[in-house]
Amino acid sequence: VSAPQLRRVVALALLTLATPLAAVPSVDSDPLDALMRELAVRRHGHAAFTEVQYLAVLEHPLESSGELLYEAPDHLEKRTLSPRPETLVLAHGTLSATRGTRTRTLDLAAYPQLAPLLESLRATLAGDRAALERVFSVRLDADPPRWTLHLAPRDPAAARLVKEVLITGEQADLRTVELLQADGDRSLLTIGRELPP
Amino acid sequence: VTRAGWTGTLLFTALAALAASLLVRARYTADLSAFLPRAPTAGQRLLTEELRAGFASRLIMVAIEGADASTRARVAAALAQRLRATPAFAEVSDGDAAGLTRTADFLLKHRYALSDAVTPERFTSDGLHRAILDTLDLLASPEGLFAKPLFTRDPTGETVHILEGMDAPRIATSGGVWSSRDGRRSLLLAQTTAAGSDTDGQEAACVAIQTAFAAAAAAVPRTSGGLTLRLSGPGVFAVTSRALIRGQVIRLSTLSAILIAALLLAAYRSLPALALTFVPVASGALAGVAAVALGFGVVHGITLGFGVTLIGEAVDYAIYLFIQSGGRESAAEWRRALWPTVRLGMLTSVCGFAALVPSGFQGLAQLGLYSIAGLVTAALVTRFVLPEWRPRILATRDLTALGAGLGRLLERLRPARSALALLALLAGFILFEHRSTLLSRELTDLSPIPLAAQELDARLRADLGAPDARYLVAVSAPGSGAALSAAEAVSAGLETLTEAGVIGGFESPTRYLPSPGTQRARLLSLPPPDELSARLERALAGLPVSAARLAPFLNDVEAARTAEPLTPQDLAGTPLGSALDALVTQSGPATTAFLPISPPEAGELSTAAIGEVRAAVAAAMRARAPEASATARVLDLKAEADALYAQYLTQAVSLSLAGLSAILLLLILMRSPARALRIVAPLALAVLTVAAGLAAAGERLGILHIVGMLLIVAVGSNYALFFDHLAEQPRGDVPRTLASLAVANLATVIGFGVLAFSSVPVLAALGRTTAPGALLALLFAALLAPRAARVPS
Repeated sequence: VSAPQLRRVVALALLTLATPLAAVPSVDSDPLDALMRELAVRRHGHAAFTEVQYLAVLEHPLESSGELLYEAPDHLEKRTLSPRPETLVLAHGTLSATRGTRTRTLDLAAYPQLAPLLESLRATLAGDRAALERVFSVRLDADPPRWTLHLAPRDPAAARLVKEVLITGEQADLRTVELLQADGDRSLLTIGRELPP
Repeated sequence: VTRAGWTGTLLFTALAALAASLLVRARYTADLSAFLPRAPTAGQRLLTEELRAGFASRLIMVAIEGADASTRARVAAALAQRLRATPAFAEVSDGDAAGLTRTADFLLKHRYALSDAVTPERFTSDGLHRAILDTLDLLASPEGLFAKPLFTRDPTGETVHILEGMDAPRIATSGGVWSSRDGRRSLLLAQTTAAGSDTDGQEAACVAIQTAFAAAAAAVPRTSGGLTLRLSGPGVFAVTSRALIRGQVIRLSTLSAILIAALLLAAYRSLPALALTFVPVASGALAGVAAVALGFGVVHGITLGFGVTLIGEAVDYAIYLFIQSGGRESAAEWRRALWPTVRLGMLTSVCGFAALVPSGFQGLAQLGLYSIAGLVTAALVTRFVLPEWRPRILATRDLTALGAGLGRLLERLRPARSALALLALLAGFILFEHRSTLLSRELTDLSPIPLAAQELDARLRADLGAPDARYLVAVSAPGSGAALSAAEAVSAGLETLTEAGVIGGFESPTRYLPSPGTQRARLLSLPPPDELSARLERALAGLPVSAARLAPFLNDVEAARTAEPLTPQDLAGTPLGSALDALVTQSGPATTAFLPISPPEAGELSTAAIGEVRAAVAAAMRARAPEASATARVLDLKAEADALYAQYLTQAVSLSLAGLSAILLLLILMRSPARALRIVAPLALAVLTVAAGLAAAGERLGILHIVGMLLIVAVGSNYALFFDHLAEQPRGDVPRTLASLAVANLATVIGFGVLAFSSVPVLAALGRTTAPGALLALLFAALLAPRAARVPS
């Protein structure tokens, strides 16, 4: 066994510490198609975000803020500016994370557990229903003009970590992305005002 | 049959039985080890060791194709399960995370010895504050999913740091097991317990995989299509080439035996004579293999392949006996008149092949010994055994008429002899023109592995990230601790070169196991419990973490602080252990650590880059304490192998020239300088013409071409000696001698001509050189013969 295998194997082994959880059945609907079509119209976006993460091990939540950049169909960038800079780029199925001078690259095909974190947002932005349903059981709650997407990971390994991703929006604009972890931890990403391209 | 005949027969039978028993007990191999030198340099010894027993040589890559991804994945997992229970495999990996929690536990448990971030500074209040802040950042990122469960034990993020240090291209997975990038194959890596050079062991491992695969596939219900198993790796190649060579040798020997039998039946019109003709051939082959088994302990596949060639040459002796003695009742006349000529021809061949025996290249030395034993045996059997067995009434066809016809043909061709001078000039010119591309330079030119198999190997290797180390730093020292410590010094130098972009990166065993000194230094930087707890309290000021939650951290640090450094034995049975095994070998008291270097992008390291690596390694070694007795060497294994091959080739050429000189000397002693020259001239011309022909056809000459040229001289010397004999014995039977030469020549051309169509490069090279060469040798010997050797018109 060489280094690359080892790294993956150990990373996966560490994940086995998480608790399992059942999947949520999907409901297909025409409103979902309509929403997806509406979302797919947007070719690029640039907006500010704030994120709050509630972790049981910590005494108080972690707050961060920065910018989101999107280029249709598969380039999504999350630039955290505060409290400390970090850049996450999701492109062509790989996730690269840059902190300081270090960049790490992860192949999402090799880490299905990571898919809910960014693929949910990317596929929703792209209006890519097929991609969304490949990874999640999808349920849409529509209260026009507002809507909520309930996304439950299909991959058992991913479901062991992430219970559900809730994305809310209004017409073609996304408002929040909430990630509910299986262990009760959660994070809430709020998309703010549009920034100049 | 006379009394002497009975004695001869008994002796022959006893010797044949002895040879046969040696043959059965001999060990046969077909790997590249036979191509390695007997007296290697230090670099060659490392190359040999890597090819023979190194980790890379024990790797079998297993691919499952067909059906759908989930079926493949299930079969792959079941196959891995079965193989793990087989003693033929030290380790089987399929990317399955289940059961590997133990390794994660191991890393976690020993993180303070294994993480290079552990320094006294990191465990000050400030250091802890910064490290925990970094970990909080990580928790907030997608990778936090991995880091979160560890936070209370490992708030400074050492485990993740160790994993980052092992970062490298990952292997794709599908259905929980490794798959190729295109998703069409499921993949496994099996590491055999047998050394790469143990072809029998490798074959057993391949068979074990095939059997386990059949059982695993049968146990999984299939819905769409069948599954195909594909294996690759150095051991698989050795097994394949052995089977390939064996198969071709059997097929080609059978084919040439049938063709030669048909020719001889047409020539003799006597079945008993035909049967007897093959007695010297079989005896020679038997004696040849027995001699090699006795002399070398192991017989190489290529040497066996040479058995085919002996049919072409040894068959001549019986042909001379039967055709030249024609319908005569006794062979006594042949013995008196023509045996001395055959004997001298045999001695000439022996001189040529004896030159190969001292070659440093075992394969070539074996060929030399094989040929000597084979030819001497064939000639002696022809002289002492065959005549006794030959039934008195045995009447072979009289070929006088054929011989007379050939004589008249030669007479008509005779005016063309002046053109031979022109031919020599032309051949010389062609060889001069091709001088830069004349010789083959790469050892892989000898490989019989088909291109498709080599491509599959490259694809699997890319998918699995399996080591294909060409550039290596080998660090040797007494004991693993010293070797690892020296490897750490070299790593620091290579790190600088990586940052400068001179090299793409490198691998080091110290990533998996730091030297004992380094581990001790790290553990010494851990503060005692009270001190740590006080520092942690200060470090957590302003962070959203309470010290109470980090009690597991304090416990772990205290456990680590009092632990002994890890040894290679502690790593045994974990993926870390096999990663370490791949890079560290033990030979005698010395431990060698290998640090494979990858070029900046796929391709080669430039000479300048290799120079910089050498300088960096030398500087790193100089900077170490003088009492640390370690040596480091920078190796380019491909260059090393090619240099070795070039050295063999040069040696083969000079040994052949020495053999030719010996032949010339023998002929001068046995005949006269003028006659010796007359005998050698047509042979030299034939060799020159064939070499020029091959060069003009774009073929690069390798070792087996050189052997082929020696064979031209060996076979051709008989022809030239007979013409010389006829010139000296005006009352000799010219037509019959010519007929025997024609038949013998045709047999040789058939024997080697068949080889020319082999897909095994070495056999093909031998055939393409010797078949035309033998024909030309006869033609040139006839044309250059003195007038007395021709049929009176």
